[in-house]
Amino acid sequence: MSEKNLIEVQNLCKYYKTPKGALHAVENANFSIREGTTLGVVGESGCGKSTLGRTVMNLHESTSGKIFFDGEDVTHPNKAQKKTIHKNIQMIFQDPSSSLDPRKCVSDLIAEPMKVMKITRGKKETEKRVAELMDTVGLARRYAFAYPHELDGGRRQRIGIARALSVSPKFIVCDEPVSALDVSIQAQILNLLQDLQEQHGLTYMFITHNLSVVKHISHDILVMYLGCEVEKCESEELFLRPLHPYTKGLLSAIPIPSIHVDRKRIVMSGEVTSPINPKPGCRFAARCPYATEKCTQELPQVEEVLPNHFCACHHVRELNNL
Amino acid sequence: MAKNTNKIEEEVRLKKRSNFGEVWHRLKKNKLSMVCLGFLAVMICAIVFSTWITPYDYTAQDLMSRFQLPSKAHWFGTDDYGRDLLTRLLVGGRYTLLIAILSVALGIVFGMIIGALCGFFGKWVDSTLMRIMDVIMSIPGMMLAICISVALGSGVFNTALALAVGTIPMIARQLRSSTMLINGQEYIEAAKSFGESNFRIIMTHVIPNTLAPIIVQTSLYIGGSIMGIAGLSFLGLGVQPPTPEWGNILNNGLDFIYDFSTRWNVIVFPALVIVLAELAFNLLGDGLRDAMDPRMRK
Repeated sequence: MSEKNLIEVQNLCKYYKTPKGALHAVENANFSIREGTTLGVVGESGCGKSTLGRTVMNLHESTSGKIFFDGEDVTHPNKAQKKTIHKNIQMIFQDPSSSLDPRKCVSDLIAEPMKVMKITRGKKETEKRVAELMDTVGLARRYAFAYPHELDGGRRQRIGIARALSVSPKFIVCDEPVSALDVSIQAQILNLLQDLQEQHGLTYMFITHNLSVVKHISHDILVMYLGCEVEKCESEELFLRPLHPYTKGLLSAIPIPSIHVDRKRIVMSGEVTSPINPKPGCRFAARCPYATEKCTQELPQVEEVLPNHFCACHHVRELNNL
Repeated sequence: MAKNTNKIEEEVRLKKRSNFGEVWHRLKKNKLSMVCLGFLAVMICAIVFSTWITPYDYTAQDLMSRFQLPSKAHWFGTDDYGRDLLTRLLVGGRYTLLIAILSVALGIVFGMIIGALCGFFGKWVDSTLMRIMDVIMSIPGMMLAICISVALGSGVFNTALALAVGTIPMIARQLRSSTMLINGQEYIEAAKSFGESNFRIIMTHVIPNTLAPIIVQTSLYIGGSIMGIAGLSFLGLGVQPPTPEWGNILNNGLDFIYDFSTRWNVIVFPALVIVLAELAFNLLGDGLRDAMDPRMRK
């Protein structure tokens, strides 16, 4: 783990044009990821986690803001920069059955990025590299010519991981890589990802809605609500001392596998407000039990409430007796 | 242990096939398709080598032996001018099959390109090309074919082109919708994430995945195309007599249907050839679709 920031995002916004107006998918995101660490991005579905991931890796063009990779501004990449991005930033997708072309066999799927980027020379070298990658991710070599539909979800996701690793990237965006898998396989895949991080010094951006998963794998966590950053701090700190009312609600929703634990659940009421032309004010105000007049009129800025613990709430200090 | 690894490697090597080999391997298991393929192969060979099969000239008239029923000398009998029917069907097959396959190929190629472009890029590309397709679609196919062949004149390529134009919008429409469906799949996004060019994505991901319905359509269009050629020939636009062509041989035979019991051969044989060829193309197309989809593998 070094102190160097591999990824740095400044004031990143992503709006989509819709017939009803601009959809604010990501609003003013600011974060950085140190080399060799994992940033967990948490939030409910539709809050812009995936869009954020895709914008960072330039699959979607950002509306405004800046993205730095390894100190270089890659917001609007030229051809050479695009190549660097493709080589160094890869993605693991949510649903391994739809992210793998059903007409290609395993070895072709894994070899595809190498062929596109012309990393390996000749068929033999590619084959050798594919075999190595299959060993790395724990796929038996006898599956080299199997088709994805013949394999189970865990193995399919291993193909996805091998494919992402094939170009030896530095940074991998994991977009809910385990949410389509069952629990026992989830653990296998998470451990695999962690092992790979240790071996290759990978940096992850781990997008998920599953808090137990994010606790397991992340160094830092970013909580999002409707495109806005809500809270950002180290993983342990977040679970120990959540500051934002939304984070508190989220954490209290983690099931505890015991019938003897009796605890207070914070149940959120109200509906998620529309991200299309959002009203000024805190996005969470409509559901927040502590919302005041100020909350509905002014968007709270992200501020460092405690050392290295950022939160966007007008009333964070009163609520937490700080 | 060493033995074990060897065994695994052997298995892997055994399983490895090229794309074509893979399709062929799966097609071989489908008996019906193989029968059809065999039939088409025999027919095409017979058409190509027709001069060695029958001694007659397809234009040679022999008015003394009009309307002969099948015999040793004339396997399929003779027509109203005493010409050998088998020779005429074999020579006619050259034109019919050539035009039919050429027209469908033209239609498929252009239809696929237009459909894939529309579905993949959307927006103004889609609206522009699709409106042009709508204009073509609004004209009845046969009328369009007549207009084009009048404008271009008769001939193999011109007739094929005339018939192809009508099929382009249908294929384009179909491919457009399946491309749009595939475009939403994550594997297209994955391909973009490792920097594949749009051209490569269309060629290696979109088209292979949209091929199944197109192949079935192709075999149907070949049948339609055989009919279309017959229609054009009947109007004097397609292949000109005395050059034979399945459609006009059948049409010619139709004039003598009132005397079916003694002149049945002039109707039955051309009709049978058309029906069998069409059936074989359809069934082969069906088998090919299944063979090209790895998910159908048993």
